[in-house]
Amino acid sequence: MRFGVLRFPGSCDEVDALLACERVGDAAIVWHGDEDLGDVDAIVIPGGFSYGDYLRVGAIARFAPAMERVLEFAAGGGPVLGICNGFQVLCEAGLLPGALLPNDGLRFLCRQVDVEVVDAGTAWTCACTAGDVLSIPVKHTTGRWFAPPELLERVEGSGQVTFRYAAGANPNGSLNDVAGVRNEGGNVVGLMPHPEHAVDPLTGSTDGLRLFESAARLLAAA
Amino acid sequence: MIARVLIKPKDGILDPQGKAVERALPTLGVGSVSDVRVGRMVELHYEDRAELESLCERLLVNPLIEDYEIEEMTPTESSASRPVPSDEAS
Repeated sequence: MRFGVLRFPGSCDEVDALLACERVGDAAIVWHGDEDLGDVDAIVIPGGFSYGDYLRVGAIARFAPAMERVLEFAAGGGPVLGICNGFQVLCEAGLLPGALLPNDGLRFLCRQVDVEVVDAGTAWTCACTAGDVLSIPVKHTTGRWFAPPELLERVEGSGQVTFRYAAGANPNGSLNDVAGVRNEGGNVVGLMPHPEHAVDPLTGSTDGLRLFESAARLLAAA
Repeated sequence: MIARVLIKPKDGILDPQGKAVERALPTLGVGSVSDVRVGRMVELHYEDRAELESLCERLLVNPLIEDYEIEEMTPTESSASRPVPSDEAS
């Protein structure tokens, strides 16, 4: 299988994402201006500061030509993972519910956190078991997931919360400790923590690999 | 025509920037200012009001988390003085 990893001007985690993908399959960088995603089976939108985070985080990236193709790819059921800035981009693009606001402490956070897998039925968590706790780093300033009351109720009611920060580990004030959500189909998932930074024992945890293994397993079975 | 789009966090949404500004006030000896909300202002030239409103909804503003208003300006006011209320404002 082959992963495509998007690169926007201002992306900074695309190489780590590429290396994480390469542990379970082939992977290639897709430039934001490309009209064609190439022959890919899954898409990862990495972290960083796409288009300088101007206006609002993720707001401008969603209009990139490659994002138009990602929207079509996702609509066709293709697995799409958004990490950190990639999560923000997917929320701005309307592929995922909610929005990301500045951390309640207004500080840049960079630390290892415990993240609970709430839903192991998605394209990116099917190699996990619900209740698994993954040790994955966060590093962000704008990671406080928010949804207005009616939307929050709908997201919770339909089981779209995919990851929660473990009890007491919510670093940024996210509503209901939400660390990541999925779309209704479960093929699009976004999260603030960085699984691509937790794939090698050298950095203390390999728990992040499970997300990439999930997509690989799903596609191998297809 | 020229307009200013004023964007601020929706009421009820925690605005850490506003809080940070507020926390600095006592050290300045300012006691009569409270409930600070920090947003942003986009000044632009436009010809079609409906297109401008559509732009606000699609790009300039995230309606989930932000409120906005459009202030239409006369050219001489754009760089300095006070805004003129929009005749379409409700």
